[in-house]
Amino acid sequence: MHSPGVSRLLIWVASIMLAIVPSQIQAQPRTSEFKLANGMQVVVIPDHRAPVVTHMVWYKVGAADEPKGVSGIAHFLEHLMFKSTDKIPLGEFSKIVARLGGNDNAFTGHDVTSYFQRISKDRLETVMEMEADRMVNLKLTEKEVLTERDVILEERRSRIENNPAAIMDEQMNAALYYSHPYGIPVIGWEHEMAKLSPKDAMTFYKHFYAPNNAVLVVAGDVTAEEVKALAEKTYGKIPANPQVGATRERPQDPPQRAARRVEYSDPRAGKASFHRDYVVPSYTTAKPGEAEALDLLMKIAADGATSRIYKRLVVEEKIASSAGGSYSGSGLDSGSISLYAVAAKPSDLPKIEASIDKVLEELRDNGVTDAELTRAKSSYIADYIYENDDQASLARRYGWGLALGRTVAQIEGWPDAISKVTGDDIKRVANTYLDIRRSVTGYLTPSPEAGAHAEQPASKSRS
Amino acid sequence: MAMLQRSIVRVGRIDIALSLTVLVLALVLTFSRPAHAMKIEVVKSPGGIQAWLVEAHENPLLALKFSFEGGNSQDPEGKDGVANFVSAMLDEGAGDIQASDFQEQMESLAMRMRYEDSRDAFYGNFETLTQNRDESAKLLKLALTKPRFDQDAVERIRGQLLANLVYADRDPEKVAAKEWFAVAFAGHSYSRPSQGTEATVNAITRDDLEAYRKRIFARSNLKVVAVGDITPEQLGKLLDDVFGDLPEKASLAPVPLTKPAAGGKEKWISMDVPQSVAVFGLPAMPRKDPDFMAAFVLNQLIGGGGFASRLMEEVREKRGLAYSVYSYIQPFRHTSILTGGVATRADAIQQSLDVIRKELKHVADEGPTPTEFENAKKYLIGSYALRFDTNSKIASQLLGLLEDDFGPEYIDNRNKMIEAITLDDAKRVAKRLLDTDNMIVTIVGQPATATADKKG
Repeated sequence: MHSPGVSRLLIWVASIMLAIVPSQIQAQPRTSEFKLANGMQVVVIPDHRAPVVTHMVWYKVGAADEPKGVSGIAHFLEHLMFKSTDKIPLGEFSKIVARLGGNDNAFTGHDVTSYFQRISKDRLETVMEMEADRMVNLKLTEKEVLTERDVILEERRSRIENNPAAIMDEQMNAALYYSHPYGIPVIGWEHEMAKLSPKDAMTFYKHFYAPNNAVLVVAGDVTAEEVKALAEKTYGKIPANPQVGATRERPQDPPQRAARRVEYSDPRAGKASFHRDYVVPSYTTAKPGEAEALDLLMKIAADGATSRIYKRLVVEEKIASSAGGSYSGSGLDSGSISLYAVAAKPSDLPKIEASIDKVLEELRDNGVTDAELTRAKSSYIADYIYENDDQASLARRYGWGLALGRTVAQIEGWPDAISKVTGDDIKRVANTYLDIRRSVTGYLTPSPEAGAHAEQPASKSRS
Repeated sequence: MAMLQRSIVRVGRIDIALSLTVLVLALVLTFSRPAHAMKIEVVKSPGGIQAWLVEAHENPLLALKFSFEGGNSQDPEGKDGVANFVSAMLDEGAGDIQASDFQEQMESLAMRMRYEDSRDAFYGNFETLTQNRDESAKLLKLALTKPRFDQDAVERIRGQLLANLVYADRDPEKVAAKEWFAVAFAGHSYSRPSQGTEATVNAITRDDLEAYRKRIFARSNLKVVAVGDITPEQLGKLLDDVFGDLPEKASLAPVPLTKPAAGGKEKWISMDVPQSVAVFGLPAMPRKDPDFMAAFVLNQLIGGGGFASRLMEEVREKRGLAYSVYSYIQPFRHTSILTGGVATRADAIQQSLDVIRKELKHVADEGPTPTEFENAKKYLIGSYALRFDTNSKIASQLLGLLEDDFGPEYIDNRNKMIEAITLDDAKRVAKRLLDTDNMIVTIVGQPATATADKKG
């Protein structure tokens, strides 16, 4: 051992002197928030360091809002939004943005769908006009829809079918929820995707895409006044859709009463791995302070090389080559906790499971140490400060929060709420939510491979 | 366009501020961060270490990016993966501080320190809050000068690297890319797997890690960029504190210039996956070739521009063959390539590759259309500002320029260079660049044997 006394002193000094507290966040962006007459929410995040803007429209709709049997339609529609309107010829949306020197893209989650452009600030009005136009004027033909359906099927093959870990995730998720659509993959089940029609897309679009179901976020070299004027000229002209926006009702899960297990074997799995997911509250469903406590609990339990689980399984017991986990608190109807470990050898999976359960039991019984809590808080608050360097990250932070119905005050109050969490709070949420009956445990194992392809490629070269 | 309304204050003028108290030499050059002034200061520390600095005091943050020329093409024979191994070991304890204490101190300070290796350089990425800058810099220095490489940590990281290799060997994209380099650069260090193989990673010892560090981490091959909340004087001191104890000269094995194998090759790697993945590539112009910028514009319209590029239009938009198809130009230090990839269901991979070949050949024969050529230029010019909107992106951009031996004035000249390229230039360079007879393709998937032999 190398002078452990010295190191421990250093740590002690570090945690006393260098704790980072929210009052040190001098760089809180000064956001403005307002609503257009048609109900569209707007947030402006000024950042004048470079003459560029990030323009995002967040729809309060995602895969969990899909009708039963048409899984994947939210994400499919997101693709189709790049087709055409009366003003924008087929496939031209991204090309116009590119000609203007901008980048654009979109993404779909269970709860939100978001479209964005990053562009020179003097082009903001143009992209706002284009985004407002496709909010209600999308046109689709049968042929375009069918070709694009092939694209999303290829996307599924890329993301899921070619990747055993993604197949495992999908299976675990399906087992984690009884009735709630969070159990259905965002990209959709393949057999349902293969039947998606132009009508499915249009019905979904007409219902959910409306200004009163959307949040506009503009971050960058702009003022709130500029954005307000432009928003009124563009999005402000679109009438609200009274059918949508008030509440989002999805099938909810009954109480979770039995632990579930999933075993999946795949010749391409490579290494055996352990997985555990729990259903827990999210930031929108938790009692005050609970989501923050879960966040800190998981930081201490499972995030990186300083975490309990990594130290126990990887450093001390050497039964896993890597191990970790995280809390996901951004879901509208629930959050989740995920844990994983890659086994040093396949026969170690039961040992890994027992060892992780032991770490969780210690957290339930004894909570976390003050040093761990201070470190975890500093780290999270620092993350929040680091994020201020990036307007695109800021736009995501506010857009996601508001699309879930959180307020700007809640979003900006996060560092403060984190700093208020006590060791007792963490112990309490550990005891309430790290309950095996709320969980799914998974073993992903490699099955014998057909040929030793990877080591000895069956290949031929030609000139 | 914003990029064209420059507010160049003093291009080419050099202000020398010599502070007698701290002896920091700062050459102050002001360049446009399109429309907004971005001041690049060339700082020389009292100990003689040079860095580029962009002061940004809006957020209490500092991003420091640095590179040591060398990278994994300096891995010794039979020890492929040493550079990658070192990159994973530098937060595993240093000086008197063992791995877990070191990592806990990093977390308490909220400092970020990551390393990565490329073929030509070993990169360091360091970020800190202003309030913890001095303490964080001490850990950074220890990591670079006195990493412990304790046996226990070496074995732990070896286990992770071996697990990564097991996963990589089953990832069709990674296998296709690895095989592409093996075919294209056979006999050259670029052909070697940058993360090593099971055998070479198992053969790497603690001494190999230390030997690599001692050979490569030196001042002669060091490039540094700092962006954020720091003054030139403070940076001068930090440079000496962190890098001052490194040896003066790196000991780099010579790496010869090379070109991808000529004549065109196609290699199938059989893997039981639902979707086949192909990587293709051609020789391209070196970074300093007068035609490089024209090739860069051509790549943009061929496969570098997402939905605004030909390959996306023909393969995905018109035919629905793939979710992803792309190309990019990668100028290495000792070669240069135009490369790209596509992923398609097994029975359509040859069709996708046929479309790609046909489009490349078409651009070579006919040149780009005037419209797509102008559009590609417009995008590249207009979007340049997007690369400079965060401290960390500015630091990456500037480090890239330093590595390629460009001066800070490049930022102002870059869009003019693109503007100056004519359609005739593009047509001439397309013929030179897009020689599909020399295309090398590697395909991972279930060979559809009927189609595999069809083309030649």
